[in-house]
Amino acid sequence: MSLLSVQDLHVFYGNIHAIKGISFDVSEGEIVTLIGANGAGKSTTLNTVCGLLHARSGSINFNGEDITRLKASSMTARGMVLCPEGRRIFQQMTVRENLEMGGFTRPKGEIAASLERVYKQFPRLKEREKQVAGTLSGGEQQMLAMGRALMSRPKLIMLDEPSMGLAPILVEQIFEIIHSLHENGSTILLVEQNAQMALSVADRAYVLETGRITMTGPAEDLLHDDAVRKAYLGE
Amino acid sequence: MAQFLEALINGISLGSLYAIIALGYSMVYGIAKMLNFAHGDVIMVGGYIVFIVLNNMGMPAALAIPAAMLVCVALGITIEGLAYRPLRQATSLAVLITAIGVSYFLQNAAQLIWGANPRFFTIMNYGNIPVSLGKDQFNISVGKLCSVGVSVVIMLGLSFFTGKTKMGKSMRAVSEDRGAAELMGINVNRTIALTFAIGSALAGVAGAMLVGVYGVQLSPTTGAMPGIKAFTAAVFGGIGSIPGAMIGGILIGVIEILVGTFISTDLKDALTFAVLIIMLVVKPTGLLGKPIREKV
Repeated sequence: MSLLSVQDLHVFYGNIHAIKGISFDVSEGEIVTLIGANGAGKSTTLNTVCGLLHARSGSINFNGEDITRLKASSMTARGMVLCPEGRRIFQQMTVRENLEMGGFTRPKGEIAASLERVYKQFPRLKEREKQVAGTLSGGEQQMLAMGRALMSRPKLIMLDEPSMGLAPILVEQIFEIIHSLHENGSTILLVEQNAQMALSVADRAYVLETGRITMTGPAEDLLHDDAVRKAYLGE
Repeated sequence: MAQFLEALINGISLGSLYAIIALGYSMVYGIAKMLNFAHGDVIMVGGYIVFIVLNNMGMPAALAIPAAMLVCVALGITIEGLAYRPLRQATSLAVLITAIGVSYFLQNAAQLIWGANPRFFTIMNYGNIPVSLGKDQFNISVGKLCSVGVSVVIMLGLSFFTGKTKMGKSMRAVSEDRGAAELMGINVNRTIALTFAIGSALAGVAGAMLVGVYGVQLSPTTGAMPGIKAFTAAVFGGIGSIPGAMIGGILIGVIEILVGTFISTDLKDALTFAVLIIMLVVKPTGLLGKPIREKV
């Protein structure tokens, strides 16, 4: 049974029909990626799944529960976390305070161990523990956003454009981290404009075009598909 | 010299009252991103509660102040829930106009309940400390001195709360990025309600001080002027900042009393607001306000 299952989802911004009936699912332990051009509806999809936006129709099931109408603030406790586009870390709070906020829904006694785990994954964050987050570099801010998401010990991590605005070497680093999270058993739903990187790390992929899923399959196959290469990999 | 010292001490004392009110404005602005213009009128309600419990019921001050705080907290949460929460997605202008509406509503409701005639209040007299300076002498009122202590304790308490506790940190998170805070699992509505509760409790304390220590006569519009002054103080110190509200409050109080003592009583309000205008021209974020910055 899949951990996340989205059925015939329709989302509107006012009168604009942004998501036109998409269905997809994510099973435990998988990395699934949604790729597509700017404005295809990738972020809208993630924001709807995590409750920041609400669907006009369709259903979202997570871990055996219908979460279609639930608020974003109740998702973290259910084991789903979104690492949002643009990172949105708390700039005026310290690195450690940001991580503590990530663990907001967790019992107090667990925080120290969670911090330990995140610092092991991101040693750089440990070095900068007391620094105000706004002074971190772009790559460090992305690590902080991911570390903050991990603090809630999620069953599903949704990453929205984790490579956005980063230098190529940092993009490599971020994808290595995604890969190692996967190896540690995390389930990941990844949205990326960098289709090359996303497809090379993912198990399965969905191609989104103006609010519709036009293609789906193992990431490996899409990586070598002519139409995908032409449209998204710049060939 | 003695006259100057006395004025300075009175200024600091009045300023600490403004500071307590300014803290309420500032916290609500910082977290809910709105100017709660009804804040001054919540103070007025607090004043009436103190008056009723103390004068009409003959209970001690130790009971009147918590009673005022409790009523103000209930009032603050109710206002937030009924008037402001439905406008969470609305433009800030709509919220501002609503706040002004709530302010008039409270003033008129108070007039309906307690009448328009001012109530005179027997000031709680806690004695005076005589100070002699050469051949000059003046008195420092213990009550006014206490109000300085109370406001310092409140400021330190709030700084500790927002800096060290989980609830306080989550308030700062909501203040910075409501959406991201929600993604952490923080209930934004509950956090904003808590902020209003804290601000209103402070309004209750301020109401008690206003009528009990400063002897301001009680009428339905009593809260308006201190409210505006404290708002000035909050902007002056940098709205959203806790120490800023404190410093702004004390400066505004000192300026007001010094101008009133040495220049002209008629000019004290005008000059206080002139100082605000100069501040806004020179440093629009206020003394301790943080400039808005963004990094992508």
